[in-house]
Amino acid sequence: MKKYLYAITFLLAALTAMPAAIAAADLEINTPAIAAIQGSMQARHGQLAPYYASGAVGLTRDGLVAVRDANAVPLKDRQGVNSLVAAENKDRNALYKEIANANGHPEWESEVRNTFAQRWVQKAQGGWWYQDAGGGWAKK
Amino acid sequence: MKHWIWLLPAALILPACVTINIYFPAAAAEKAADKIIDEVWQLKQEQQNQQKPADAPAEK
Repeated sequence: MKKYLYAITFLLAALTAMPAAIAAADLEINTPAIAAIQGSMQARHGQLAPYYASGAVGLTRDGLVAVRDANAVPLKDRQGVNSLVAAENKDRNALYKEIANANGHPEWESEVRNTFAQRWVQKAQGGWWYQDAGGGWAKK
Repeated sequence: MKHWIWLLPAALILPACVTINIYFPAAAAEKAADKIIDEVWQLKQEQQNQQKPADAPAEK
């Protein structure tokens, strides 16, 4: 009888400690795969930045980027912008997936994506365009 | 017979462990996102106590 009591007490103590430990934990982002994607995005940012500033490219509500106003891009550069956007989105999708996988919860991918979507906009420079919750474009 | 009664809390508590573990850690995710965005957009030129380059000069 007594040993059951000990077992239950121990179980309860472990359970009360557990949520605190989990809440304090950081998300794992230091993996080679994440570092590689991050490096690739960082290298691309120099090319994308002018298009964010001109409004040609905006931040979407699903954590990606999109060509918002092709007319803001000279005709000769349009193909280049499309390629940049496609490459950036490929990296971003891979990044969200990798973060979820690195933490052992592939099903977190959409929440990771949503978190990033908000933080990209939060950290965007004034004058850049982003999609609001309804999907319309707004200028920061 | 009597010890069966302890199976009840165990049956309730064990699934709770699993439930706790699947909560999405929103605050930690935000922190992780900020760190990655700062690096991708190079918003913080000054390294913040993490990931000091190996060839960095000695501590100031």
